[in-house]
Amino acid sequence: MALTNEYIKEKLVEKFGDQVTDFEEPYGLLTFRSDKDLNLKVLNFLVEEDTLQFRFLTDICGVHYPDHKGQEIAVVYHLHNLKENVRVRYKVFASVAQPDVYTATGLFAGANWMERETYDFYGVNFVGHPNLKRILNVEEMDYFPMRKEYPLEDQSRIDKDDEMFGRAGF
Amino acid sequence: MSDNVLLPSGSIEKQTTTLNLGPTHPATHGVFQNIIELDGEKIVAADSTVGYIHRAFEKIAERRPLYQITPLTDRLNYCSAPINNMGWHLTCEKLLNVQVPRRVDYLRVIIMELARITDHLICNSIMGVDSGAYTGFLYVMQYRELVYEIYEEICGSRLTTNIGRIGGFERDFTNTAFEKIERFLKEYPAVLKEFENLFTRNRIFMERAIGAGPISAERALNYGFTGPNLRAAGVDYDVRVVAPYSRYEEFDFEVPVGSTGDSYDRFLVRNGEMWQSLSIIEQAMQKLNDLKGEEATVYHADVPEYYLPPKKDVYTKMEALIWHFKIIMGEINMPAGEVYHSVEGANGELGFYFISDGGRTPYRVHFRRPCFIYYQAYAEMVKGAMLSDAIVVMSSMNLIAGEMDA
Repeated sequence: MALTNEYIKEKLVEKFGDQVTDFEEPYGLLTFRSDKDLNLKVLNFLVEEDTLQFRFLTDICGVHYPDHKGQEIAVVYHLHNLKENVRVRYKVFASVAQPDVYTATGLFAGANWMERETYDFYGVNFVGHPNLKRILNVEEMDYFPMRKEYPLEDQSRIDKDDEMFGRAGF
Repeated sequence: MSDNVLLPSGSIEKQTTTLNLGPTHPATHGVFQNIIELDGEKIVAADSTVGYIHRAFEKIAERRPLYQITPLTDRLNYCSAPINNMGWHLTCEKLLNVQVPRRVDYLRVIIMELARITDHLICNSIMGVDSGAYTGFLYVMQYRELVYEIYEEICGSRLTTNIGRIGGFERDFTNTAFEKIERFLKEYPAVLKEFENLFTRNRIFMERAIGAGPISAERALNYGFTGPNLRAAGVDYDVRVVAPYSRYEEFDFEVPVGSTGDSYDRFLVRNGEMWQSLSIIEQAMQKLNDLKGEEATVYHADVPEYYLPPKKDVYTKMEALIWHFKIIMGEINMPAGEVYHSVEGANGELGFYFISDGGRTPYRVHFRRPCFIYYQAYAEMVKGAMLSDAIVVMSSMNLIAGEMDA
């Protein structure tokens, strides 16, 4: 039997009831979210349940929504069932003041660097991670650069005074 | 120990030596560091440092209109930039719901497979260089040059190609381009055969590569391996097969797999894939020849919002001028939505996760870089091996610093 989005949704609702919410299918990819404290339970269920078997972790990344008060930081997991060739996208949201999310390194060895990258850019504190330190940025950096409060430099700013490339002239 | 030998204090207790391999070691072929703890010549532990050429592409992409993000993707895996470009165009087309003509798909397939060949060619010949055989590398390099001439003929640049546009190609392939592709198809098989003769059954190469850095299928999957490195471990996962894009489903090709996941298997899988890519290009050329009428000349879809009009029209027609201005100034609002699209890059599944909030630039773009994900297994793969194995394993994994650091 082919694994359909309806079936996955049914299984998840059967197991977690109304704790998994916001089912959507943008461009055919089943997307849902849950409370962040449930993330390991949901991931473990997706991996271990005989009829689901989402055993391949494609990607983990962060997203920052400064307007979602109390739920600013999203952690997005893309999982893949290689046998049936079905993907799902699973999101959890944490507050920017205390972005603690349980680590998935116990389930997937590959989650290690993906989570370090997410920590590096969004400051998500993956609780239980064996080596949670910056990976692409320098270790001394004291902020999380992909958050939206750090905009790229405005190309039209005129306050810079640089002899060679200065824009003060115009 | 005799009494007349004086050793520094503590030197007896420390049993191991720490060795820095990189960031600018000749064998890293890019900027990343491996800190290796050695017991004699045996590796007891390894740790990797990446990020030396991190360029914040994901952040930059949040302030760029779509067409200005394509050059950023060039610089991920710069050995096969066209695949990254096509992956990005396909992601945008999925979000914008753009259908491209049949001919564009075939042209894209040709370009992507040429890029795959050059990437594997470099990886495998560099593996020869790192194990002491320079000749193969110099020999095949002239055919990478020929492929780069083909790119140049199509888009004007060689390494960082910025090839193609949303909806198709910026211009049609010239006759010279097709002639060069034909020439490549005619001459390259003999070269690849010769290359295989030099390496595949070469006793020295085999002894260096067989059994070096093996990984089981289970571990490889758990680590998120994709591409040739996963297939060398025996898993036949190929994005071109499981989620075909650009009409790959119409092509007949095999997915080579290995069994032990060691360096030798990775080498063989890449060689096997080059033969398959040649066959795919031949099929695509045949399919192009079979197209009739208008289908045989079209090279882009009709999407005025994203595809720049011809310069001639910009100067003479009001509508074309408006579109030109709006595209260049990035004044087009795209539909809101989120999309994940992946292509089979030369290193594995190259994914683009793209969130649009309906604005003019992406809200968030994340590149799933296969290289970054599988490099973390390096420490586990070389543990217990000899120092010389560490070099061969590194080159057999095809680690591209640009892709790791984004």
